[in-house]
Amino acid sequence: MSVQQPNSFRTGPDERGHFGIYGGRFVAETLMPLILDLEKAYAQAKADPAFQKEMDGHLATYVGRPSPLYFAERLTEHCRSVKTVSGLMGAKIYFKREELNHTGAHKVNNVLGQIMLAKRMGKTRIIAETGAGMHGVATATLCAKFGLPCIVYMGEVDVERQKPNVLRMKMLGAEVRGVTSGSKTLKDAMNEALRDWVTNVADTFYCIGTVAGPHPYPAMVRDFQSIIGRETREQMLAAEGRLPDSLIACIGGGSNAMGLFHPFLDERGIEIYGVEAAGHGIASGKHAASIAGGRPGVLHGNRTYLLMDDDGQIEEAHSISAGLDYPGIGPEHAWLNDMGRVKFLSATDDEAVAAFQLVSRLEGIIPALEPAHALAKVFDIAPTKPKDHLMVVNVSGRGDKDLASVEAFLESKTK
Amino acid sequence: MTTRIEKRFAALKAEGRAALVTFTMAGDPDYDTSLAIAQALPKAGADLIELGMPFTDPMADGPAIQAAGVRALKGGQRMTKTLQMVREFRKGDDATPIVLMGYYNPIYIYGVDKFLADAKAAGVDGLIVVDLPPEEDEELCLPALKAGLNFIRLATPTTDDKRLPAVLNNTSGFVYYVSITGITGSAAPDAAKVSMAVARIKRHTALPVAVGFGVKNAESARGIAGGADGVVVGSALVEALRQSLDQNGKATVGTTKAVTDLVADIAQGVRSARRVAAP
Repeated sequence: MSVQQPNSFRTGPDERGHFGIYGGRFVAETLMPLILDLEKAYAQAKADPAFQKEMDGHLATYVGRPSPLYFAERLTEHCRSVKTVSGLMGAKIYFKREELNHTGAHKVNNVLGQIMLAKRMGKTRIIAETGAGMHGVATATLCAKFGLPCIVYMGEVDVERQKPNVLRMKMLGAEVRGVTSGSKTLKDAMNEALRDWVTNVADTFYCIGTVAGPHPYPAMVRDFQSIIGRETREQMLAAEGRLPDSLIACIGGGSNAMGLFHPFLDERGIEIYGVEAAGHGIASGKHAASIAGGRPGVLHGNRTYLLMDDDGQIEEAHSISAGLDYPGIGPEHAWLNDMGRVKFLSATDDEAVAAFQLVSRLEGIIPALEPAHALAKVFDIAPTKPKDHLMVVNVSGRGDKDLASVEAFLESKTK
Repeated sequence: MTTRIEKRFAALKAEGRAALVTFTMAGDPDYDTSLAIAQALPKAGADLIELGMPFTDPMADGPAIQAAGVRALKGGQRMTKTLQMVREFRKGDDATPIVLMGYYNPIYIYGVDKFLADAKAAGVDGLIVVDLPPEEDEELCLPALKAGLNFIRLATPTTDDKRLPAVLNNTSGFVYYVSITGITGSAAPDAAKVSMAVARIKRHTALPVAVGFGVKNAESARGIAGGADGVVVGSALVEALRQSLDQNGKATVGTTKAVTDLVADIAQGVRSARRVAAP
């Protein structure tokens, strides 16, 4: 397939929020004026040096940035020791350590920006949706710091499988509202948050956790997360004197991936891989891989790849990782896929859990199940690259929250 | 070109009363029952019929209409059957306007051009698509107008005077004023506030203005009908239908009557209203 590539991959979206045919503003009229206000307020904040300066201060002293770029030496050796690999092969693997951020994931980068913006807009009530609970925890955390009431919508299935994060949110003073409609996971939490927002338009700010939703959210969340890629550039230049050769990250909605990828999109020699959750396998139909197993449609304010049936009804996603268990993907990723700039792969539950265990033992870092999907593909790709190939994997969150899920998964396998 | 919607509102204006617009979900709880309900609605007092196109993720709907969509999908409803239902309805009624209401994705997946052609051929008169604001008019609104269908837009309390012209531009048939900020089935609106809002919209358009969200019975309908060209009732009908189902969620002999009795009652309310707004 030959695709006409643009001069730059970094200029989107257009003024109407489109990345190619993706993105847009597919929302009810009640929300449209709010979204236009948000777009204006964000444009002003973005251009205001004082806003950026304040954010940089919080990122340094509260979030703990920059997060380290770490040479994963034993993982690198492991990939070089695979029997089929010649002595010249096996990429040098670096971890971008987003799991070391305050709250234990990359989510906080975006939430800080949005909560500061909410304050600036005079909003007095924050709502959020969450899947794995990391975005909910980050939102509850910053609402505590900035003294704002916080309501987090979370599917009942996720409340059950991510209990530690539910407890954290409550401890931080947030109200967690379990959602019992639909599949009781992330997409339903997002529906419920949108219903809240339609009802409480005057005082409420909706803090979306990923690079999806109506314009300007995909672009705004990307901008706040791009610090991941900007730091990686500088850190890799400092460590190796050059830019990396490949980047890899897991993708549910895709905010950690977009944050890492975006600053590198125009370096066309850099290979970029996004890893979706293949659940029980793409062929099984029980997965969360919108690119591999979906097609373009419209949901939650944007056009993007979605899992659905031939009547346009949205299908439930399946993944062991609550954070990837969503039937869509950010619109900019959809566009980058069609342009051929990002290569999308997928990892099954089995592969992710194996990577979760192996990386824990090789590096002393327990990754979250979400980045374990990216790590699973590192085991496939790294051995095929030469030794001087520099690969960066985004370790977007820590795995403490997943210990019970992994244990239950392993127990079910031994039965 | 005059559509059934335009003819109906003109006739009611001559009669000096507001229209009763009913919403039921196509396929709720099964195809045959929902067709029988639709066929019985005009006689019960419905002047315009809105048929919901079920969708798995109805972001602007409250629990009652969400549940109706779930029942319909479970009963095997899909877009082809919704259009089939309109065709069957038209065999016995060529005058009552039918508006399909729902979300964009099932239409997008059906194919916009094919959908418009099939809907027009089936006897659909207008569309209300909740998640298509004027900013996305090129998607469906402009092609729908070109195909000879009315495109009915929602105006809300957050639609201020500056934005109203954009919302009303390309709107046809009537304007649907959502009387509260919130999801369907929420608390009843204040009648006085509603007639003020209707008057505000009428300063910008000659189109009829129908008011929805929160109308539950004859009394609340009467209050709204005094200040608007139409009253939309949805959640209350869908809820009456639900209460008539057996414990397995199947229709009973009383299901159609449960809906038409409530429609008849609300129609009385609408017809007894004293028009206070300028006609």
